[in-house]
Amino acid sequence: MSELAVPPVLSARNLVKHFPVRGRGMLRRKVGEVHAVCDVSLDIRAEETLALVGESGCGKSTTARLLLNLIRPTAGEVRYRGRDITRLSRRKMRPLRRDLQLVFQDPYASLDPRMTVFEIIAEPLRVHGQFPYGGREAVRELMATVGLDPEHRNRYPHEFSGGQRQRVGVARALALRPKVLILDEPVSALDVSIQAGVINLLEDLQEELGLAYLFVSHDLSVVRHIADRVAVMYLGKIVEVGDVGSVFEAPAHPYTQALLSAIPVPDPRRERRRRRVILAGDVPSAVEPPSGCRFRTRCPKFENELSTIRRRRCIDEVPELKYRYSGTEVACHYAAVSTVL
Amino acid sequence: MTFDTDGPEPPGDGTVLDVAGLTVAFPGDAGLVRAVRGVTYRVHRGESVGIVGESGSGKSVTSLAAMGLLPRTARTGGSVRLLGQEMLGLGDAGLSALRGNKIAMIFQDPLTSLNPVYTIGQQLAEAVLVHNDVGRDAARERAVELLGVVGIPNPRRQIDAYPHELSGGMRQRVVIAIAMANDPDIIIADEPTTALDVTVQAQVLEALETARAATGAALVLITHDLGVIAGHVDRVVVMYAGKMVEGGDVDEIFYAPRMPYTLGLLGSLPRLDRARDHRLTPILGAPPSMVTLPPGCPFAPRCPMAETRCREEEPELRPVDGGPRTAACHFAERLAGVAPSDLFAPVAADPGAPQSTREGT
Repeated sequence: MSELAVPPVLSARNLVKHFPVRGRGMLRRKVGEVHAVCDVSLDIRAEETLALVGESGCGKSTTARLLLNLIRPTAGEVRYRGRDITRLSRRKMRPLRRDLQLVFQDPYASLDPRMTVFEIIAEPLRVHGQFPYGGREAVRELMATVGLDPEHRNRYPHEFSGGQRQRVGVARALALRPKVLILDEPVSALDVSIQAGVINLLEDLQEELGLAYLFVSHDLSVVRHIADRVAVMYLGKIVEVGDVGSVFEAPAHPYTQALLSAIPVPDPRRERRRRRVILAGDVPSAVEPPSGCRFRTRCPKFENELSTIRRRRCIDEVPELKYRYSGTEVACHYAAVSTVL
Repeated sequence: MTFDTDGPEPPGDGTVLDVAGLTVAFPGDAGLVRAVRGVTYRVHRGESVGIVGESGSGKSVTSLAAMGLLPRTARTGGSVRLLGQEMLGLGDAGLSALRGNKIAMIFQDPLTSLNPVYTIGQQLAEAVLVHNDVGRDAARERAVELLGVVGIPNPRRQIDAYPHELSGGMRQRVVIAIAMANDPDIIIADEPTTALDVTVQAQVLEALETARAATGAALVLITHDLGVIAGHVDRVVVMYAGKMVEGGDVDEIFYAPRMPYTLGLLGSLPRLDRARDHRLTPILGAPPSMVTLPPGCPFAPRCPMAETRCREEEPELRPVDGGPRTAACHFAERLAGVAPSDLFAPVAADPGAPQSTREGT
């Protein structure tokens, strides 16, 4: 990671998370481990959006939960404003929870259907003992901030549309004036015409409140629009990270190139001209990830371009994430820029 | 190797599917849900037509009607002709002769469209045997061949796998293989890649294109993803609130829409190929309830162009720009040269009332 004058708000160093796989017998013996996150380091800076992208099972949501200290890492540490939070007790973690908030993907499942919108947004204030000090007014302000009419505060979640519900989720996350918002697929469940308004809202809130975002998403079009920097994950590892412009315009990792080339753009003439990198097969199991480079079993470069001798290195040696003559940090022994948009 | 049985001969003009004035309504607790209120389109031999629309726009119900898969309580009107033969009201026996043979369907979730207790080989062979007088061995050989066409590695070994042993992308390829088993004249694919990751989506769309090339089938591709539409269809039908609101060539729809809703959709889309130098322009509000539709244009409450006439008189789908393209907007011609940001505001707030009070306001 590059060292800038501004220290990161939230940073991860060499995070590892293994989940046990248990047998079916009565003893449920541990028979293996899912290597969900493997040696992930990243920095989230103040007032910046870092996007964490990748496909199902790549470990992006697990990384988000590790950053919030909702699950304990197998190894590595998470620092919030320079302080290691991974070994804090629940009680010691509690004041920090105000600063680190989470917005979930599904606005239908993440709001209690039996609570009014007022109660949902007021709940974090009550939990942290702040409600008696102007809580009622705070809830009204929060609703206005996220573009909801405060007059509707006594209604229930089912009375709102998906976009409005997601705004309730954002208002609740903002209640304790956090510094960092972890947004886990926040707009994936919404129709595009509704999604655009929530994206605009997130952009405005960041500017007004000086928030740092970790934006977890599988939708690279949304990421291109909202993020400053982007980290691409594959099978528990970051394979490429850099400024949004560099990663999208000049990706150097074969997986990033394949991923970007696979995404259709709403432009028929452009689509007819585009070259697609079609990956072979499926993502390997995270229980027994491939040796060396985890992407090599599906890598078009490994398959089509490399000599047997050069392939040896991909099989034996784990590629380090570092600058390799491109604008991004890449974890590939043979990284080379290729434009795919 | 091709298997073909006798069936209705296509009309002379090469029309495979002819949907005209289709309406579908479901009786519900709150009244009649008018899910489809008028859809008219034609699919010619070998052509691909995309149907786009957001949740609840009626795009899936339209195709279920074409396949004769609606529940018995559904009330249908209009006509759906497959190769000249009326599908609406056709009995089970009549439909069975056509389904899988002349028309095939691919659904969103391959795990629910495949039977979990049979191997994929048995399910593929069944599709072949139903419409062809061949032996089991020949059917199995055909199954292996089909699996190879859709890109399943080691088809001879994979043929004895059960659906749960395959990944989502592989399962969807099996569904595509079943769909192409009898060289259908048309394949209807309803959100075929929505549940899949993007790199898998690319694989499956490629398999679908291969299947089309091998069978010469026409395609109706139903999706909410305008990117997928842009790259895979010749013509587009845009649906909103149960109605077809615009139709035309794919380039016309994307570069010169004539219905404010289509323009709004395009302005709402974040673009992979565009730097962060613009604001998105959402469409405010939400689609109307299909039970209590307001009078006039269903898009009027969300349309920045709406005038009194729009709130009183529902616009008919009509030819615009001299045809054959169509739009259902009183003022379609005004959209010539208009960009999404000219009409829609780059706002973040959505001051609309909650759903329960939206009607009648």
